[in-house]
Amino acid sequence: MSSREKILQQIKNNKPAETQLPVKVTFESDYTDTEAKFIETLASVYTEVIVVKSNEDLLAKVNEMYADVVSKATTIPALASWSDFSLNIPDPHDLETIEVAILQAEFGVAENGAVWISDNHLPHRALPFITQNLAFVVPRKSLVNNMHNAYNILTDTTGWGCFISGPSKTADIEQSLVIGAHGARSLVVFLLEDN
Amino acid sequence: MSHSTMDHAEASVTFNKDEPYVDWHDETLWFVRQKRDKSSKQLPEWEEMRESASQIKHYVLSHMDGLLEEFERNAKANGVHVHWASDAAEHNEIVLGLLKKHNIDRMVKSKSMLTEECHMNDFLIKNGIDVIDTDLGERIVQLRNEPPSHIVLPAIHLKKKDIGDLFHEFLGTEAGATDPQYLTEAARQHLRDKFLTRRAALTGVNFAVAETGGFVVSTNEGNADMGAHLADIHIACMGFEKIIPKQEHLGVFLRLLARSATGQPITTYSSHFKKPRDGQEMHLIIVDNGRSTQLGREDFRNSLKCIRCGACMNTCPVYRRSGGHSYHNAVAGPIGSILAPNLDMTKNADLPFASTLCGSCSNVCPVKIDIHEQLYKWRQVLVKGGYIPKGKEMGVKAMSTVLSSPRFYQWSGKLGRSVMRIAPFMVNNSLNPWFNGREMPEPPKESFRDWYVRNRKE
Repeated sequence: MSSREKILQQIKNNKPAETQLPVKVTFESDYTDTEAKFIETLASVYTEVIVVKSNEDLLAKVNEMYADVVSKATTIPALASWSDFSLNIPDPHDLETIEVAILQAEFGVAENGAVWISDNHLPHRALPFITQNLAFVVPRKSLVNNMHNAYNILTDTTGWGCFISGPSKTADIEQSLVIGAHGARSLVVFLLEDN
Repeated sequence: MSHSTMDHAEASVTFNKDEPYVDWHDETLWFVRQKRDKSSKQLPEWEEMRESASQIKHYVLSHMDGLLEEFERNAKANGVHVHWASDAAEHNEIVLGLLKKHNIDRMVKSKSMLTEECHMNDFLIKNGIDVIDTDLGERIVQLRNEPPSHIVLPAIHLKKKDIGDLFHEFLGTEAGATDPQYLTEAARQHLRDKFLTRRAALTGVNFAVAETGGFVVSTNEGNADMGAHLADIHIACMGFEKIIPKQEHLGVFLRLLARSATGQPITTYSSHFKKPRDGQEMHLIIVDNGRSTQLGREDFRNSLKCIRCGACMNTCPVYRRSGGHSYHNAVAGPIGSILAPNLDMTKNADLPFASTLCGSCSNVCPVKIDIHEQLYKWRQVLVKGGYIPKGKEMGVKAMSTVLSSPRFYQWSGKLGRSVMRIAPFMVNNSLNPWFNGREMPEPPKESFRDWYVRNRKE
C-alpha cells in the first residue's frame, strides 16, 4: 500500500460523522466611503495613495516623484518614456537591480489596503518583490470593501496572484516594526480615474 | 519517569529565575494579544466569522479524504507534483530526494512549522544540504542553533542585544549595534544574496484550496515569494489538515488569521499559488505524521481545525511566563499541548498539565477549538495510561482521600489553621511550593462550616 493509500484509508476510517457547510460564509462591510477607508488603512502601513486623473497626469506625477532615480521599470505602456529598464528579459534574476517598479494591478480592498496583482499583469512573478521600491496603478473605481467582495471578483486566480498590502516589513527584532524586510522598501498606490 | 529533556515544570523554573526578563516576556506577548483584541473588535461580524470558520473546519474534518482527493486532482491538473508522506521521516526523504534529483545542495526556506515538527533542517544538513531559513525570526534562531519559541514570532524570547551580538558574529554588523532597522537591513542584504543564488525554495502552506488545487502562503517579509519566484524548484509542505473546501472560504480565513495572530487586518503578502511558472517545477508534500490518528480521537480531533495563528499562545498566562522552549515541542503553548501527546505520550505527558485551565485560549481561538477542555481530557487519558509521575499521582490520590471524607477534611483544616497560627515557619519555607513567590493567606479563626453551624442556630 502506498503512503497515499495508507493515509487516505486511515482518514476514511477515523473521520467524524459528516456535517454541512455553514450557510453564511460571506459578510458585508458597510463603509460610508470605501476609498477613504482604503487610503486610511494604507496610511497605517506607510503607503501613500495618490489619485491621478489620467495617464498623462500619472506620467507627470511619476516623472516628478522619481526624477533622480535610475533603473526604473514599468508594465504600463503610458509610462514607457519614464522607464529606463526593459522588462523584456528572460531571467527574473536580472530584475535584481531595479530601483523602482510601477506596475499595473487589478483592484484594491478597503478593509486591509490589499492590492491584487497576478500573472495577468506581470512578465515575471518576482517583479513586485525584487524591486527596491514599488508602486501600483489600479482603476479608482475598482476598490471593493472586503475580502469576500474580492473573492467574488476573483473567479480565476490564474497560475499565480498575490494580495499585497503595503511595503514589506518585520517586527521580529524585539517587536520593533521595521519597514523593508525582503520585499519592497516602500509602496505607493495610484488610483487612476477613467478617461 | 525519566526525561532526557526537562519537563515543562522544570524548564519553567529555569525560565523564571530571571524575574525582570519573565515580566518583559509576559508583557510583550500580552501586548500582541491586545493588538488582536483591538483589531477584532473593529469587525461587528467577528464572532459570526469565528462560528463560520469553525463550521467550515468541522466540514473539512468530516470530508477530509474526499477534499484531499479533489485537491490532488486539481493540483495535478495545474501541473503540480503531489507527494504523500506518512510520517516525518518520509517527508524528509522526499525533500532530500527532490533536491538530489536536481543536483541541488543549497536551499532557501520560508516559515514552516511542519518542517520543524519533522526536524527537516537537521536531516537535510546531515545529508549535505545547506538550508537557510529566510524568515528573519527563523534565521535568528537558526544562527543561534535553537528552535523557534513561538509559531508566528520565532524570536519573541530574544532582546535586541541578543540579536545585535548574534549578527555581529555571523553577519559582520558593528559590535554593540542594536538598532532594529540597522540589523534588519543587514539581514536583508545577507539573505538577498541567498534568494538570488539558490535554485530550490521550500515554503509552508497556510491554506490549501480543494476546489482549485491551489494554496496560499502568507508572509509580512516577502521571503516566501522571493524564494519561490526565483527558484527552479518550489517545494511546498503541508499537514493535510490545512485543506479548505472552496476559494471563497479564504475570505473568512484570511480575515481571521492575521487579526488573530498580530492584530493586522492581513499580512503584507498573501500569495496564491496554483501553477508553476514556465520552466519551474512545483511540488506539494501532503503529510500525515500522526494527524490521521488524531482525527480518530473523538475528544481531540478538533485540534486539527487549527490554522496556526498563535493567538492561544499570546493569551496563555502559563506560556507568557514560561516561554515556548519550556514546551520541548515544535508547536508550544495551549495548541501544542493538545497536539503533542498524540505524537508521543511519554515525552509530552507533562504538557496538558502546563495550564491553569483558565480557558482564555478557547476564547481567542479563531476556529473555536475547545482547547482548555481538551487539555483537561488529555490529563484523564495520560493518568489512566500511566504516563504521569508517581509523585503527582500519589499527591492527587491523597487530596482525593481528604476531600472525600467530611470528618477528615474538617480535621485537616483545623490542624492546618493551627499550624499556620502557632508555627507559621513550618509552612512559610522553601519546602512549600506555594510559598515560592506567594505569601500564605491569613489563617481564619474558624472554618466556614464552623461559622455556619454557629450562626445558623441564631
